[in-house]
Amino acid sequence: MTAVAGWIRGIGPLVSRIVAALFGGYALAALASVAVLALPMSKPQAVLTGMLASFAVYAGAVIWVFAARSARRAWTGLLVVAAPLLLAAWSVW
Amino acid sequence: MGNPRVKTDRKPPPAGRPAAPGIRQSMSGLHTWVGLLLGWVLYAMFLTGTVAYFKDELSQWMRPELPHQTEVPDQALVAQRVADALVAIAPGSPQWSLRLPDARNNSVYAFWRTAAAPGQRGFGEASFDPATGRKVTSRETMGGDFFYRFHFQFHYMPVIWGRWIAGVAAMFMLVAIVSGVITHKKIFVDFFTFRWGKGQRSWLDAHNALSVFGLPFHAMITYSGLVTLMALYMPWGEQAAIRTPAERQQLTAELSAFIQPGKPSGETAPLASIEDMVRHAQERWGRDNVGRVTVTHAGDAAARVAVARGEAGRVSMSPQYMEFEGPTGRLLAVHEGVGAAAETRGVLYALHLGRFSDSVTRWLYFLVSLAGTAMVGTGLVMWTVKRRQKLADPERPHVGFRLVERLNIAGIAGLSIAMAAFLWANRLLPQGMADRASWEIHGFFIVWALTLAHAALRPARTAWIEQLWTAAALLALLPVLNAATTRRPLWHSLAEGDWVFAGTDLLCWGLAGLHAVLAIRTARHQPRLRPARKPDRDPMAGAALRKGEA
Repeated sequence: MTAVAGWIRGIGPLVSRIVAALFGGYALAALASVAVLALPMSKPQAVLTGMLASFAVYAGAVIWVFAARSARRAWTGLLVVAAPLLLAAWSVW
Repeated sequence: MGNPRVKTDRKPPPAGRPAAPGIRQSMSGLHTWVGLLLGWVLYAMFLTGTVAYFKDELSQWMRPELPHQTEVPDQALVAQRVADALVAIAPGSPQWSLRLPDARNNSVYAFWRTAAAPGQRGFGEASFDPATGRKVTSRETMGGDFFYRFHFQFHYMPVIWGRWIAGVAAMFMLVAIVSGVITHKKIFVDFFTFRWGKGQRSWLDAHNALSVFGLPFHAMITYSGLVTLMALYMPWGEQAAIRTPAERQQLTAELSAFIQPGKPSGETAPLASIEDMVRHAQERWGRDNVGRVTVTHAGDAAARVAVARGEAGRVSMSPQYMEFEGPTGRLLAVHEGVGAAAETRGVLYALHLGRFSDSVTRWLYFLVSLAGTAMVGTGLVMWTVKRRQKLADPERPHVGFRLVERLNIAGIAGLSIAMAAFLWANRLLPQGMADRASWEIHGFFIVWALTLAHAALRPARTAWIEQLWTAAALLALLPVLNAATTRRPLWHSLAEGDWVFAGTDLLCWGLAGLHAVLAIRTARHQPRLRPARKPDRDPMAGAALRKGEA
């Protein structure tokens, strides 16, 4: 009985985390790859740096999402990191 | 799929340690599921990619009509010969490019853009005999390139889809590596632990040893794999920053030695001596170390020639080339350096492909990459071994378990059979058959599908044993088939010092032995369905689970 209840309570946050990892993580990585353009270096080098680093950002985001104590904290963490990146990306787009 | 089963992974480690706080358990769950979901895709990518380290050798083996190359021919002469052929074959082509033979490659691969109607982008390609400059006449085959292409773009689908699937799988792999390391607290100690014949623990120890032994390689190969196609996966920075054709040109120049065709002048002017240009490059980079010659608008006064450095002797794929004016042969520029980020990409790219390797390094690449394949394979098998003990009724496992079990058989043992069948098809399909190269590939997939059907119909253990023996037999008999169907049997190639053929034959026997050992061990293994230690793990599980989920 408790197992069933636990499963129902468990599935929502789990789906939320999976979405956060797959799509939130990709969005964060993409955002980071654009934010790099705000750094003082030539355009081709900045573009390539952003691409190179993006997969580390993505992997880090996925790990964070599943390491965080709750799904809500996982999302909050992603948004907190996204905010400054968004500002940087905004300045160059 | 199977969300309820996530729980089973959140148990504390069995050895009686106190229930660890969340992170190690959640990472363990993440590791299990990212590893499993695309595990078979990853296994196939790993194994075909591993074999692709010998793709040039395999391509030679699959074209037995081409003579064994005893020494690298003078690249300058070859370049001129094939360039003359291309001028005749592809008049008015805006760009053509040829890859010169080197120590591993006995033919010249060339492709050209056809001067098709505007808006169309047609391509032609062919392999040329370096000695004659004529098109190679050998059986039609994709050779080792099939495994190479398959490992990042699969088949029967648009290449872009395949590359995206490969990218998602590689990303899963990267997450599996990081979460696996976090899960694994005693990573160094466990490397020296091996418990033979202990069922699940042996699988775990094997998985750990294979993973830790090759960890730097596995991490490198996964990340660099993503880097090879990063412009596809992460185009956003490029889209934001690169807006003009000049900027695009600047970026391309950081990545590639293919010079882009500009506008033709419309004035005809024959090409100057390609031989002299390649000589010039040989002086700079060594006699056998010119890689590629690219020509734009050959025959036009605006023609340009790029002669690129070979891949040996440096661990980087970033472009290094000399640029010449086509009609005069005057050296316009030497491109030898790119920016730091571009060089980083070039190094990662080269590390992934391993084309810089001499034969010892290449064998190391092959072996450690095989360990990576085995890491994925043992991980997949462990999923079932771990769960078989907990099945309510081992005679009638639930559908998820059966699915994984059967996919493992076809994905692991079946893939070996299919790959061997591809080589059999190369020797057995009649020459001159229509679409011969495609039928070799269809053969691979037909056989692979048959192994899946076999795995679904037979009892699991029997299916493993039968498929492993089939793979062993197909591999063991390949050198025999080669001896029967070509004029280059093993004794002949050994006597000639033809290590491409002898090496392939001997490697087939080595791999046949490996499959036979696995088949024998599987046959001897007696699974214990009700292990004695089961009771001591369960009481903790519920509590830890509820904690983990909170």
